[in-house]
Amino acid sequence: MSELSIEHCSKYYKKNGEPMCVLKEADMVARGGRFVSIIGPSGCGKSTLFNIIAGLSKPSEGRVRLDGRDITGESGHVGYMLQKDLLLPWRTILDNVIIGLEIRGVPKKKARERALPMLQKYGLKGFEQDHPDALSGGMRQRAGLIRTLLDDKDVILLDEPFGALDAQTRLQMQNWLLQIWSDFQKTVLFVTHDIDEAIYLSDEIYVFTPRPGRIKAKIDVGLPRPRDEKTLMEDRFLHLKRELLLMLREEREPSG
Amino acid sequence: MAEKSVRDASGPVIEDRDREQAKIRRRAFVGQMIVGLLIIFLWEFLTWIGWLDSYYWSSPSTIVRTGWVAITEGTLLQDLAYTSGATISGFILGTVVGSALGLSFWWSDLYSRITEPYLIAFNAVPKLALAPVLVIMFGIGFDSKVILAFLMTVIVASIAAYSGVKNVDRDLEKMLLSLGAKRHHVFFKVVIPSSVPWMVSSLKINISLALAGTIVGEFISSRQGIGRMILYAGQILNIDLVWVGVVVLSALSIVMYLGTVWLERLLMRGRTPKS
Repeated sequence: MSELSIEHCSKYYKKNGEPMCVLKEADMVARGGRFVSIIGPSGCGKSTLFNIIAGLSKPSEGRVRLDGRDITGESGHVGYMLQKDLLLPWRTILDNVIIGLEIRGVPKKKARERALPMLQKYGLKGFEQDHPDALSGGMRQRAGLIRTLLDDKDVILLDEPFGALDAQTRLQMQNWLLQIWSDFQKTVLFVTHDIDEAIYLSDEIYVFTPRPGRIKAKIDVGLPRPRDEKTLMEDRFLHLKRELLLMLREEREPSG
Repeated sequence: MAEKSVRDASGPVIEDRDREQAKIRRRAFVGQMIVGLLIIFLWEFLTWIGWLDSYYWSSPSTIVRTGWVAITEGTLLQDLAYTSGATISGFILGTVVGSALGLSFWWSDLYSRITEPYLIAFNAVPKLALAPVLVIMFGIGFDSKVILAFLMTVIVASIAAYSGVKNVDRDLEKMLLSLGAKRHHVFFKVVIPSSVPWMVSSLKINISLALAGTIVGEFISSRQGIGRMILYAGQILNIDLVWVGVVVLSALSIVMYLGTVWLERLLMRGRTPKS
């Protein structure tokens, strides 16, 4: 289990001659094996932060550390998954999930042998040889996450992975994700703008504000695990929900 | 439209959509055949009663007869092999080189920006107008026809592949990089496969462009080929033989078109086509 820390990260752009700040002095820590969520309206720099952590973009200032080691600007250290499933339409589900192994030079046959039981255990039994367009949105997201898991990184970034799913499927996927998370003991960093989702899944929630994106508050969820649908009715859950709603509304009001 | 249904003695009514579709296809095919036969029949009939001058229009029966003579006593089959050989060679060469060129633009933005306007400019050049020069450069043999077919196809193929490259989902690239991929992984695992539909969409256009290139090459100067045969027949006012050439070229064109359709299906298994 690895600890991810973001130290004082900022990102400035120059657009139309004017300097713009999209992320300002973000400090956060995701301790090993914790489920940490980031919540905030669009334009709060969540995606910028994720690109920085994944090493796809460099911060203007600040460092990213994994277990104390500086990984700023280096890609390939953390798993990364977006709202789009990004499955390759010309590959079967099985061949899609092994692509990370392929890149690392694992022979296809061996990679398939490793992936098959994972697909079968986590709800894709019978779909291994199908192409992505034959699957529902939820199924495709499952495949996307299994691809990320097979890449075997200790830290996984999930950027609104269930944002495009309907409410029913979403709840199902949340439970599925919690099961995977406890089976694999990963450190998860999860972006969402759904308050219920953030509380239901997380140990800690960071609230972001937009323009420039910065951290406004950190909330400890403190709900017992394992969680299920009953958790959604607990006083603590409702209390946190109210608190977060108020906090996010404050952010919206000044700008109208 | 009345929906046909299969009624079981006691069970529910089941609409058999597959059967319905098959029936529509069958009917369309029969209709197409009837129209074709009607055209041939009309052609034959009108030239027979003299409404169409058979000196210019020949007639289906004469074309078949002249064609048979050209096969048994002439060199029609060798000419056909020559023309189709040059066309297919030029087509393959043009498609491979053009696609490689178009795909290569992915590697460098600067390189593609510098090259693109020249690609478009060269596409605007009427390549067939260069035919006399090419015949002087490469001789009156097989090579000059292949080169002409190649020039006709190479730019179209490269522009098609380049469109594919431009339309690669940047997030797919990002996803692969996050899995630790190097650029060559992205190129071979994402860029090439996701450009396939674009490259495939140029095949059908290119096969007929290649044929046009070959025939013009044969027109300019050649000892063999259907193009040469047509030119020769025209010069000795054997219009029946000109018609034989036209019919054979049409048939060749259709066969090669079907070939590309087959190739397209092969390359597009499990995908939706572009265009």
